[in-house]
Amino acid sequence: MARLLSRTRLNRRKFMAGVALAGASAAPLPTDAANAAASAGSPDAARPSALRPTAAVAAAETGTPQASVQAGGAPSSDFMVDVIKSLDIDYVPCNPAQSFRGLHESLIDYGGNKKPEFLTCTHEEASVAMAHGYFKIAGKPLLVLCHGTVGLQHAAMAIYNAWCDRVPVIVMGGTDLDASKRPPGVPTFHSAQDINALVRDFTKWDDQPVSLQHFAQSFVRAYKLAMTPPHEPVMIALDCGLQEQALHDRSKLTIPRYVPTAPPQGDMNAVREAARLLAAAERPVIIADKYARTADGVKFLVQLAEALQAPVIDQKGRMNFPNTHHLFQNGRAQALLKEADVILGLELADYWGTVNGYIDNGENDGAGLQESHIKPSAKLISISSVTLNTKSNYQDFQRFQVVDVDMAGDAQATLPALIEAVKQALPTNRTGNIEARGAAMKKAWTDARDRTRQAASYAWDASPISTARMAMEVYAQIKDLDWSSVGGDRQLSSWPSRLWPMDKHYHHIGGPGGYGIGYNAPAAVGAALANRAQGRFSINFQPDGDMMFGPGVLWTAVKHQIPLLSVMHNNRGYHQESMHVQRMSSRRNRVASLGKDIAPVGTRLENPTIDYAKLASSMGMWSAGPITDANELAPALKKAVQVVKAGEPAMVDVVTQPR
Amino acid sequence: MRMCVIIAGLVFGLNVGQEVASAASAEHGKTAFIQNGCWQCHGTMGQGSIMTSGGKRLAPDPLPWETFSAFVRSSNRAMPPFSEKILSDNDLADIYAYLLSIPKPPDTASIPLLKE
Repeated sequence: MARLLSRTRLNRRKFMAGVALAGASAAPLPTDAANAAASAGSPDAARPSALRPTAAVAAAETGTPQASVQAGGAPSSDFMVDVIKSLDIDYVPCNPAQSFRGLHESLIDYGGNKKPEFLTCTHEEASVAMAHGYFKIAGKPLLVLCHGTVGLQHAAMAIYNAWCDRVPVIVMGGTDLDASKRPPGVPTFHSAQDINALVRDFTKWDDQPVSLQHFAQSFVRAYKLAMTPPHEPVMIALDCGLQEQALHDRSKLTIPRYVPTAPPQGDMNAVREAARLLAAAERPVIIADKYARTADGVKFLVQLAEALQAPVIDQKGRMNFPNTHHLFQNGRAQALLKEADVILGLELADYWGTVNGYIDNGENDGAGLQESHIKPSAKLISISSVTLNTKSNYQDFQRFQVVDVDMAGDAQATLPALIEAVKQALPTNRTGNIEARGAAMKKAWTDARDRTRQAASYAWDASPISTARMAMEVYAQIKDLDWSSVGGDRQLSSWPSRLWPMDKHYHHIGGPGGYGIGYNAPAAVGAALANRAQGRFSINFQPDGDMMFGPGVLWTAVKHQIPLLSVMHNNRGYHQESMHVQRMSSRRNRVASLGKDIAPVGTRLENPTIDYAKLASSMGMWSAGPITDANELAPALKKAVQVVKAGEPAMVDVVTQPR
Repeated sequence: MRMCVIIAGLVFGLNVGQEVASAASAEHGKTAFIQNGCWQCHGTMGQGSIMTSGGKRLAPDPLPWETFSAFVRSSNRAMPPFSEKILSDNDLADIYAYLLSIPKPPDTASIPLLKE
């Protein structure tokens, strides 16, 4: 490492040292330092609580950055750009940082700021979440650059969300490894021996390349691993010296060719056993969570479900199954599971939680009620690539659930074989039974649809505005467009997923994965960016609490002209926590303290309320609201839709019912 | 007293919503519904949510008073029990009056946004 960094690093360091010394000799002594020096001999003199930085540190951190001195040759980071470009990465969302200034400069000047193009972000958590949302629409990972220490700590929550949601993000963190040469002060605060350790528990792989050839191998390997199911984020530590050293002979370096890895498929013996069980079942149920990686996944699941006329419960980790299909039976999930004799789980994040119930009522010494939701004789089948993950610290793998047929493999890749095996296993004398099952499902689907509409009608004219009304007012404005819902909708009782016809893979993109707040707004912007290339209209129902974790992403959307309609689900609180604290108060037989609010102290975003329309407009975004009368929604939404169709983001702030 | 009136209304099979839910008690009941946190899971009009109340709604047409009040006092499900110490009998009766006062929604067939 030292050998690699020696010559050009020395030149840069000598140059910086020269600047520092010159600054020190020319600048007056900082006042605090002078006071400290004068009082050193006086024990009674008050000492300042903190010293100002020395002139050398101040010059290094606040002065005009000086150009690196290259001892001939090209900047090494130009080669890094060649490596990055070989993988056809579209964008680099990032907040700028000194520790990757070499690569930054190469990307925009040598690389022409195209493929990838820089996206200016105001927080690293937003950078990663934008990449998260982008992948869910485009199916391609983005590169995120950040300071390896402070920036990576900002980014960590979003990386954890991506890990839990099985989304690839290529994260690179700048760090200055050579302690004897890096500038003192801030750059040293921003360096660490092993920056990757911070996120190692929730990244699939990481590396710290020490040469340019090593970088090329690491970057292509990182991309390849991230893109092999189960998709996960990866991390590369990028040394400042390696970026800024001179490259004298480019011809000695090679860029490995990227060849996608075929996704792992379930073992064929297990596939046949699963097919046998499903074909013989009287009441099979299929449950899908983070299953459909692409539109093909939806197509395969329709084929399997139709072959069996089996109901499908879509847990919405992805858009897995059309809610317009008669076998979509989310509304009867508990009843179907209770009667099921065979249950097929496809990429379930929580199999135990799917087949068991948990009631948070404080019983069992606080553990709550835990009860099985299925028959003891029910056979469980699982196809999941997450079995191939081997991290153990964070508990995203959930409780252990015994299953009868367990396949370590990507469910989408396995389904074509399972469909064929099921067709072969189906006895001809069961055709009538299966058709009858399908007829019953059609009636159940129609009945459920009617019940959902009826449920939506309650509080239809309420103020605060009902979430069902808000969802349908929005749908009325976009239903004739090629739309894509890019935010989560669980917080508004899943009304869009329940009432809007969703039959395309991009009609919704699932949730955050790790439920870390601060995902929704930037992920929606990232997904909208991907939709922009397809000419699609992006709509995001934006929770207010999530918005306030990183409102700066609104500015990013405006700056980069990312068309997105954000409709605020403004219930003026961290509502989940309102309910939790209320539950604790009542369980403990105490009156919940509300202060001046309408829910327990510490859980409301009121007194004062937040004006999200002004927040958006302060960043150059078209906005309207706050709207409290449902009859005022349509005119505002109509205008907002026109703004978005013209290629700009817009926001409508709606004051809503809690859920 | 108010509770007695309510129960009497149920017993005699009267139109409970109209007879029992006096304007005063329903009005105070709405305030109590908010202050005691009922709205958090059930919505301000008792409409409920699949996310917070298992899809169950409180209004219109609430449960009979006996069932309703017994559940509030002794629930052992996700909803915690509300004892008399934290929710008085009068407030509970007023909350019930508020729920009785909530009108039926328009027929879905009459809501253009909920049609096919």
